[in-house]
Amino acid sequence: MSRKPDGTPLLEVRGLRAAIDGKEILKGLDLTVHAGEVHAIMGPNGSGKSTLAGVLAGRDRAQVTGGTATLDGRDLLALPPEERAVAGLFLGFQYPVEIPGVGNLYFLRTALNAQRKARGEEELDAVDFLGLAKEKMKLVEMDPAFMNRGVNEGFSGGEKKRNEVLQMAVLEPRLSILDEIDSGLDIDALRVVARGVDALRSPDRATVLVTHYQRLLEYIVPDRIHVMAAGRIVHSGGRELALELEQKGYAWVEP
Amino acid sequence: MSDALKELTEQKYKYGFVTDVAEDRIRKGLDEDVVRLISAKKNEPQFLLDFRLKAFRHWLTLEEPTWAKVRYNPIDYQDIVYYSAPKPRKKLASMDEVDPELREAFAKLGIPLEEQKRLSNVAVDAVFDSVSVATTFKKKLADMGVIFGSFSDAVRDHPELVEKYLGSVVPYTDNYFATLNSAVFSDGSFAYVPKGVRCPMELSTYFRINAADTGQFERTLLVADEGAYVSYLEGCTAPQRDQNQLHAAVVELVALDGAEIKYSTVQNWYPGDAEGRGGIYNFVTKRGKAMRRAKISWTQVETGSAITWKYPSCILQGDESVGEFYSVALANHRQQADTGTKMIHVGKNTRSTIVSKGISAGHGQNTYRGLVKIGKGAEGARNHSQCDSLLIGDRCGAHTFPYIEARNPTAQVEHEATTSKISEDQLFYCRQRGIREEDAVSMIVNGFARQVLRELPMEFAVEAQKLLGMSLEGSVG
Repeated sequence: MSRKPDGTPLLEVRGLRAAIDGKEILKGLDLTVHAGEVHAIMGPNGSGKSTLAGVLAGRDRAQVTGGTATLDGRDLLALPPEERAVAGLFLGFQYPVEIPGVGNLYFLRTALNAQRKARGEEELDAVDFLGLAKEKMKLVEMDPAFMNRGVNEGFSGGEKKRNEVLQMAVLEPRLSILDEIDSGLDIDALRVVARGVDALRSPDRATVLVTHYQRLLEYIVPDRIHVMAAGRIVHSGGRELALELEQKGYAWVEP
Repeated sequence: MSDALKELTEQKYKYGFVTDVAEDRIRKGLDEDVVRLISAKKNEPQFLLDFRLKAFRHWLTLEEPTWAKVRYNPIDYQDIVYYSAPKPRKKLASMDEVDPELREAFAKLGIPLEEQKRLSNVAVDAVFDSVSVATTFKKKLADMGVIFGSFSDAVRDHPELVEKYLGSVVPYTDNYFATLNSAVFSDGSFAYVPKGVRCPMELSTYFRINAADTGQFERTLLVADEGAYVSYLEGCTAPQRDQNQLHAAVVELVALDGAEIKYSTVQNWYPGDAEGRGGIYNFVTKRGKAMRRAKISWTQVETGSAITWKYPSCILQGDESVGEFYSVALANHRQQADTGTKMIHVGKNTRSTIVSKGISAGHGQNTYRGLVKIGKGAEGARNHSQCDSLLIGDRCGAHTFPYIEARNPTAQVEHEATTSKISEDQLFYCRQRGIREEDAVSMIVNGFARQVLRELPMEFAVEAQKLLGMSLEGSVG
């Protein structure tokens, strides 16, 4: 496990509180993720897992009422969503959105170039981009026929999730937060998702898997597992924690 | 800040400048003398003066229509100048003689009149305050027998063609605004493509309103003889002024047996400001007649004008003729658009397709109004209509009025309609991937309109995409 020489975590969340329509969902949450790590956040429905993912990505459905979150030492909460993306944060959506008429590949290139431009890097031309996209499509076993269809337009649940992983693979984020990426997936698709996550494993990057089931963890072995309940992380541990959850259910973690 | 965003957020209407040229304008107001004066200024033959006078006398008996879903203050028809032309109006021996001021005005609009600078496959007729000031590639077209130029030149050089077809699709009695146009039209474009000729380049007219207090009344007439093909583009802009200006044009298309006419419009007249001051009243009659196995295809991108009242239509006269209408209409701020088409099926086995995409933002009101009429003899006629509306924000409106009249039991008429909003989820998804909100809106809107935009010739498609993004400036947030 590699760490930055100065020990700054990639993601550091301290005492994070957030409310939706006045109802507090996150109640003082702490989480530290270092570069090179894969974390899993598990927990029962309603524990606040998806809200956490949304708040970190800047979804304005929830209002942050307290605490801090930094990415590489930068105040995440002060940035609009697109600048969080430019800073290297990627959210894999539980329910990827359809954008009719906007070609999938066109969308991905627009996103990649918007990020590169904002970082002062050169934009990729159509040919170079196509080369990159083809390589990543192989990784996620995606049929090229999907590329010119509208973004997620008429995709099955599994295809949408593969598309999320494809976007992640092309954008190469520093921190990927995958929200219930495994829900509704068959075993083949799970394998593909796992391969996508593994391909991004590197000393400079990290992944946070948000999941309800431990099944995903048979394919991706996390370094740390956290159990969330009622808006806080209540247990943290190694892989053995997942197995314990599998046997005992979530009832024992409920406050 | 990205260039695209800069363009989107800072660019107001960028064609709002005024060109300082000497004008030959007549007094305000409209009466029979004014009609005669316009005709005399243009040295017209008797048949044309008669046409104008019949139209004017008929117009006096008509009432301005009120059925469209648009609201505006009454127009004072006596407070309009009906003829204004840039001076001097001597005959130009070559393009070099075009007034430098005018040349510069068109250069600013991105329409260089020098032929060597033009895209190689587009011939342009430039119309400035209702008068054609220049036509490029005339000679090259003439070699193929294609006549293309100003309406006035056609009246002088080919009066027999003008007399034969003028009013044959839109009669002078047609409707209030078309009748007014028939009385006072000043210029416009004319094209004739002879039998069996495939016009080798896109024909294009660029309309520019410059003078204040004037009405713009052009007349366009395109005739594709048997088996001919022509693709025609028109673009329009006007200066930014606080007063409303009336634009009442008429376009007639004649597609003889086996001919095909593709007519594309990118309409970007000044739309008025965010509070609805100023802007063009765009009250236009466009119609084509398709004979046996002929095809007429209208594609329009309507982003400008304070009010749009426009129904490009097809009379499918001949058996197996085909009509198409592809439209994107955008109403932002206080703009109002009431637009659609009429597909009149007369011949047997005639087919028509309607794809209408309406985008409403700000306080904009967007109405689709379309008629599909299947005549008694239109055995086996088929129509498919698709009307989609996209709403941006919660203060705008989208309205759909499809009329269907079928008098033949073998007809098949299908109508589909959807209404959707740009959702917060879509915007967040784009932003999470690093795309700024304004760019995301522009991308989503272009995706919505794609089915129509892909019908446009390449040069126009790119311009139209940018225009859609620009016209939505300030519509989010």
